[in-house]
Amino acid sequence: MAATDRIYLREAPAKLLPAPVASTGVIGWVRANLFSSPGNIALTIVCAALIVWIVPPLLRFFFFDAVWSGADREACLPSAQNPEPGACWAFIRAWSSYFTYGFYPLGERWRVDLFFFLLAFGIAWLAWLGAPRRDIGAIYFFIVLPILSYVLLSGVPIIGLPDVPTSLWGGILVTIVVATVGIVASLPLGILLALGRRSEMPAVRLLSVTFIEFVRGVPLITVLFMASVMLPLFVPDRLAPDKLVRALIGVALFASAYMAEVVRGGLLSIPRGQYEAAQALALPYWRMMGLVILPQALRVTLPNIVNTFIGLFKDTTLVFIVGIFDFLRTIEAARGDPHWATPITSVTGYAFAAVFYFICCYGMSRYSRNVEARLARAHRR
Amino acid sequence: MAKMLQLPLRSRQQWASIALQAALIVVIGGLAYGAFINAADNLAKAHIASGFRFWDNTAGFDISQTLIGYSPSTSTFGRAFWVGLLNTLLVASLGIVLATALGFTIGIARLSRNWLVARLAGGYVELVRNVPLLLQILFWYNAVLKSLPDLHSSISISGSAFLNNRGLFLPRPEFADNFEYVAAALVFGMATTLAVRIWARRRQERTGQPPRTLSYAFGLIVVLPLLVFVAAGAPLSFSFPDVGRFNIRGGTEILPEFAALLVALTIYTAAFIAEVVRAGILAVSQGQTEAAQALGLRSGSTLRLIVVPQAMRVIVPPLTSQYLNLIKNSSLAVAIGYPDLVQVFAGSVLNITGQAVEVIAITMAVYLFLSLVTSLLMNLYGRTVGIVER
Repeated sequence: MAATDRIYLREAPAKLLPAPVASTGVIGWVRANLFSSPGNIALTIVCAALIVWIVPPLLRFFFFDAVWSGADREACLPSAQNPEPGACWAFIRAWSSYFTYGFYPLGERWRVDLFFFLLAFGIAWLAWLGAPRRDIGAIYFFIVLPILSYVLLSGVPIIGLPDVPTSLWGGILVTIVVATVGIVASLPLGILLALGRRSEMPAVRLLSVTFIEFVRGVPLITVLFMASVMLPLFVPDRLAPDKLVRALIGVALFASAYMAEVVRGGLLSIPRGQYEAAQALALPYWRMMGLVILPQALRVTLPNIVNTFIGLFKDTTLVFIVGIFDFLRTIEAARGDPHWATPITSVTGYAFAAVFYFICCYGMSRYSRNVEARLARAHRR
Repeated sequence: MAKMLQLPLRSRQQWASIALQAALIVVIGGLAYGAFINAADNLAKAHIASGFRFWDNTAGFDISQTLIGYSPSTSTFGRAFWVGLLNTLLVASLGIVLATALGFTIGIARLSRNWLVARLAGGYVELVRNVPLLLQILFWYNAVLKSLPDLHSSISISGSAFLNNRGLFLPRPEFADNFEYVAAALVFGMATTLAVRIWARRRQERTGQPPRTLSYAFGLIVVLPLLVFVAAGAPLSFSFPDVGRFNIRGGTEILPEFAALLVALTIYTAAFIAEVVRAGILAVSQGQTEAAQALGLRSGSTLRLIVVPQAMRVIVPPLTSQYLNLIKNSSLAVAIGYPDLVQVFAGSVLNITGQAVEVIAITMAVYLFLSLVTSLLMNLYGRTVGIVER
């Protein structure tokens, strides 16, 4: 009886206390992520010091102390107002048309602009996964565009477009042409090689494997050297291709070996049932591949294709070494210009090139990650 | 009826397949034959010899960095080939070691629970991976190393090392007689330490007693050679670089071309290795880390003893392909004139002899061979870290 007197019964739940201030909000986040232990505090301090050491000078170089306009090197030399000048953007502006077109004749540069526009249109069509009629887009990109671009850039005198020899091409134009030819040629070639590697015909398989493994085992430079030095030996004099075409052949062959492995990875991910179902429908080999297997395989491996393309885009700089005026080579040529010779000209040129390549490659890798996430969503049920 | 229908159908397919393969071989063979005829014709017209007889001819050009004896007036093209190959191997092997160290650090830092560290490492990877290697090499060479002060205003490091736009000049060790005893003591110390460690590991496996080998190792590797060194009468001196009016005499020189290439290759490949390491560590299930924590291991020990050994299985194959890329990328040396295999052999030797076919074939064969050896070694290593199933 006495025990029941001492029973305490709570009839309403206690009021919830707020979480300790130190574990929520900004303070909690900072404590958990930056200052959770003595070692972490030390790391945070070291990193903060690193950022303070690197970032302000970079900002000053790129923006605050940069020289934005000027007629010649005088503008970019240390002066009273600007004792430590940053990037000499005036130099980039003065040379910008050379960086874009090389020595392409002034009156014909609209052709290059039109080419850029047609290419951007084709890329947008193919890259936007929800675009209408992407099959026509593929035909446009892989068949119509190359012919149109050749007519536009190289010129056909009969229809009023004067010839422009490739020795006059340069800058971003050449970089884009090399990269585009690389992708346009390497994707079909790579698909053929990948199919060849999985073929049941021993001769086809052996040839494909030999080609793929050989090309992947040697540096691109040696392939470019081979294309530029040996190719002219292998064909009769009158057929000898010009310098740019030789480099393009080298890049296309090189890229197709890598593309073949990427496509093969996609093919491997297609379950056997798909092949068997297509065979049960009595589809012949090429229709089975073209209508059932490849559409799925290419879709799965699209992120890898884009990653290969990023590598290819960076590798286009190597044509520099066999004497072609790509974007990087035009930077090299311009930074030697005595009118703009200052201690910061070289750094400015490289910084500009780095920004250009970074924007292109980073954009592509963001795109590839988006596609990957989208595919992962599609596979999740 | 069905059988009769099937038989000719299958054999028709087989015939088509054989015909297709035969046609392919004929076309490829024809192209190769045509190329051969044209090449022979073009070479004859240009009066260029063929075959490998040039190998023993005098080279006659200078090479800026030689690890083995070489003189332009007496050495042969064959000698030049070895010089170039050794230079390639030097920069590639150093690059692999440094890039691995930096790459593992960055890759682990990217997974750090410290937000700032993870972000910094991520920024490094994104920045470095998206800028072409050639641009980075040119940047380090032309914008950084070539803009160092010239000879007369060299940066002096305590008067014994000099840094200027011609390179880094360091004291060179000069070994006197009896130094071989010191070297022998060092080798003996290392071998004995290794034996002690194997013994300690065995004992730990048998009894669970953790080994204490650090003091043995210190005594064997540091103290013993030092004692021998003193006993042998300190047979080592340094030749210090000396700044003259036109050049620096004495000491040993690190070329700016070499430094730029090594730095760029290391930084570039490390970014890719970091991604490989990150993916490998993420592939080890979270339960392993939690189990290790439940056993009371610190985070450093968890990483070293539990996570990394398991991650290595996943890491080794893509790591191998990064090593292969580094070896192949070292051929970009040609852009800044570091005398590697491509610059010396596919550059100078090809230009002098004009024998493009032979020279390019040899160069490609060497890279194929290097790739093969590297893959082989990494496969052996992969087997040792691979999972051992009962």
